[in-house]
Amino acid sequence: MLLQALGKIAQTLVVLFFVSVASFGLLKLAPGDPIQIMLGSEYSQESYDSLKTELGLDQPFLVQYADWAVRFVQGDWGTSYVARAEIFTYAFKEALPVTLTLASFSLAFAILIGVPLGVLSAVKKDTIFDAGSAVLALTGTAFPSFLLGILLIWFFAVKLQLFPVMGYVSPWENFWLGIYHMILPGLTLSTYFIAMITRLTRATLIEVMEQPYITAARARGEPSWRVVWVHGVRNIAMPLVTILGLQLGVLLQGTVLTETVFNLPGIGQMLTSAVLGREYLVVQAGVMMTAALFIGVNLLVDLSYPFLDPRLRARK
Amino acid sequence: MTERMTDMALPPVLTLRDLTVHRGAAKILDRVNLSLGQGETLALVGESGAGKSTIAVAIMRLLGTAKVAGTIELAGEGDLLALTERQMVKLRGQRLSMIFQDAGAALNPSYTVGRQLSTTLRRTQGLSTAEARKRAIELFTSVGINDPEGRMSAFPHQLSGGMQQRVMVAIALAGSPDLLLADEPTSALDVTIQAQIVRLILTLTRERGASCIFVLHDLALASQSCDRIAVLYAGQVVESGPAHDVLEHHRHPYTQQLKSCVLEIGTKTLTAPEGTVPSHAQMPPGCRFSTRCPRALPRCAGEAPPLVPLRATAAGPLDHHIACWNPE
Amino acid sequence: MSIQTPEAPTTLPPTAAPDTANRSRRSVFVRRPFFTIALIVAVAYLVAAIFAPQVAPFDPVQQDFNVMMQPPTVGHLFGTDSYGQDILSRVIYGARFALIIGIFAVLIGAAGGLVIGLAAGLSGGGSEWALMRLIDAILALPSLILAVAFIAILGQGVDKVVIAVGLSMIGPFARTVRGDVLQVRVQLFIEAAQLMSIPYLRVVWRHVLPNVIFPLAVQVTIRISEAILVSSSLSFLGIGVTPPTPDWGLMIAEGRDFVSFAPWMSAMPGFALALLLIALTIVGDGIREEFDPKLRKDP
Repeated sequence: MLLQALGKIAQTLVVLFFVSVASFGLLKLAPGDPIQIMLGSEYSQESYDSLKTELGLDQPFLVQYADWAVRFVQGDWGTSYVARAEIFTYAFKEALPVTLTLASFSLAFAILIGVPLGVLSAVKKDTIFDAGSAVLALTGTAFPSFLLGILLIWFFAVKLQLFPVMGYVSPWENFWLGIYHMILPGLTLSTYFIAMITRLTRATLIEVMEQPYITAARARGEPSWRVVWVHGVRNIAMPLVTILGLQLGVLLQGTVLTETVFNLPGIGQMLTSAVLGREYLVVQAGVMMTAALFIGVNLLVDLSYPFLDPRLRARK
Repeated sequence: MTERMTDMALPPVLTLRDLTVHRGAAKILDRVNLSLGQGETLALVGESGAGKSTIAVAIMRLLGTAKVAGTIELAGEGDLLALTERQMVKLRGQRLSMIFQDAGAALNPSYTVGRQLSTTLRRTQGLSTAEARKRAIELFTSVGINDPEGRMSAFPHQLSGGMQQRVMVAIALAGSPDLLLADEPTSALDVTIQAQIVRLILTLTRERGASCIFVLHDLALASQSCDRIAVLYAGQVVESGPAHDVLEHHRHPYTQQLKSCVLEIGTKTLTAPEGTVPSHAQMPPGCRFSTRCPRALPRCAGEAPPLVPLRATAAGPLDHHIACWNPE
Repeated sequence: MSIQTPEAPTTLPPTAAPDTANRSRRSVFVRRPFFTIALIVAVAYLVAAIFAPQVAPFDPVQQDFNVMMQPPTVGHLFGTDSYGQDILSRVIYGARFALIIGIFAVLIGAAGGLVIGLAAGLSGGGSEWALMRLIDAILALPSLILAVAFIAILGQGVDKVVIAVGLSMIGPFARTVRGDVLQVRVQLFIEAAQLMSIPYLRVVWRHVLPNVIFPLAVQVTIRISEAILVSSSLSFLGIGVTPPTPDWGLMIAEGRDFVSFAPWMSAMPGFALALLLIALTIVGDGIREEFDPKLRKDP
């Protein structure tokens, strides 16, 4: 089992390597000569050449890549001119916490609403409730989140004035105010996931409820709530976690849009302003962070299988 | 149909009257009448699809969407079909319990076997966590699980098929039920272990004075282990009586066919009774076996024979019923 | 790490494709009323997009400062925006851009996915492993983030958006194609063709490609809605097509600043986009369920 886990970790590192090569290549493909940009409009050929040597840009691609990778791993990501800060500090200390707060808040929201909704649909299979939640789930998966965000702002913040229109307060500094500011963005981002989790929970639970061990649990007198919530729901954990891991990308790209709708200073805003400001180093950092997050979480999902399903543990 | 077994010493624990089950348009069980005395073991025998398991599941009221008619009377509770689901939940595991065909599939893969047994003990017996654990280990010992303490923390997939079925037996006995329903408890096991498990279930139920219904497809095994046998064909009881009589003095042609199957297994030519059970859409209005019966008369296909007691003769006993127009 | 699809890859055995038309059952349109309604809606969008100049009451980029930010009236059914442009006309022309971008982007993605998927599926050995990790690497980035990265290099504009969105969708297509190739590869006739020493390329052309193209076409129809969503997201972020192009995402973003007193500015193009996406999703689900043997319950 340990060997299997090590194999998965090695494979993950290879994928990360590919991503890093690609995002380094991205930087090379970017229009404009970095040396020209650094030297300004007037410079001599000598100063151009010496800067080129100094920056290592006369080296072959792979050497340049290795050089870059070492610096990247050490946290030397360059400087953002727009944010007037070290990209590493900016990305990790300012942008990432916002994105992670939003993402985890939405995920918690989605699980807390989606799983019970899916369980109810499965238990009340083929009733009006089930049909209604199916329609909601379809709409929820297809509805563009940024539009939903604007509608929520219009209704809850402008019409009812229940929530702030936009802005971010860190829940680490002021917990309740932070949560308060997260409710509308969280709802916006989680709608897709509520819908998806509802559909998935319903489908997998219906399958699980047909298993003999469910009948056996009923036969030994387990009350129906225990049969559903203890014996049924425990066995949908694995497919649920798998799909959530694979859909993390959708969550991350959703944060980009939601951050723009609600003016939250996260990775998404960092990326869009970097594109508009032509800051390729920042774009690269955002791409690397997103990929690393996705790959890392899916590695965790893979490694969590033996804990979710005892059958995958080694025989005693 | 009006005459019933009357020579019972004790009042019956369970009585089925005209138990009929429909699933959609298909009639899976057709007016089944059976009764079971205190401490008695009854075997339900027949081919797969005969409705044997349906009877057991119907008694537990776990048939889901199927339509159930008739009455299922459990001593002291009245008609089970008239109870609410909440009342039924209290009976399951306490007065009625069930052992399933494939123990590997009937144990929840996500929980340890110890936990599945202890929660049943805690609920049915009102034991504390520590007491339940102690009692669980005792039960594991009594069903013949070696290293019971170690096995408490095993997951179902870590046990062999035989061990899994022993765990099922322990769970079924946890609430000291009056009636145990064993649905082909050995069909998923190796032949060598089958006899062990059947013997284990019988010993344990007899020790506790409980009654037991065994669903089996092996007539010989049924006659060796049970007090009485009911032979089912296509959802109907065709012959019932004391085990020895049904095996040795059977009168229904279908019982004869079942028996010869068993004999042929002895000589290593495994054959099912000839022909197949007609589908529910093509079921003849009369005797359901008439399409395959070697002794069929013209009236058989059109007119259903009632289940009647055999006339008391010097050799034949009273409590032997058959449903046939032309018995052997 | 291996990334697997949540949905089963759409594959068909070689004989199933022509058969589906012959299945003597009730028509798809009768069996699936929602599919039919959704298809009608999608076709209506297509018609509106093609005949936009005839259907739209105004020029989509004609500014009129006398009628800025008017709520919906008889003259301007969907109201006007902050430049006095007629929103209904812009929504109708927007369908044009949405569908053009969506369809062309998906075609680019499918073509790229076909090449990489075929290479990964046919090469085998170390290069197959490397290509798979490459696909994993592409899939590690959600399509919007990838598209943002490509936009960073390419710049803004309709053509750039088409390319960026197309490139960002290569990953999922490559994975499906590879899955289909693997299924075909193990079938006997490929081995037989190799035994008869038929040139490799011809085997690929005659036997592998036909088995891959059909499921790929199904995927293309399913993923048009995704391409439209990603492209309008780019425009919404302000890094996609540039004003005054009548693009829905752009219109929604413009309306966002005025949501407190002119909510129709975002809502009208927003609902146009949402309705099209929902319709395309239902159409896509229907097509997948009809043509994917793994999802079909009654064979």
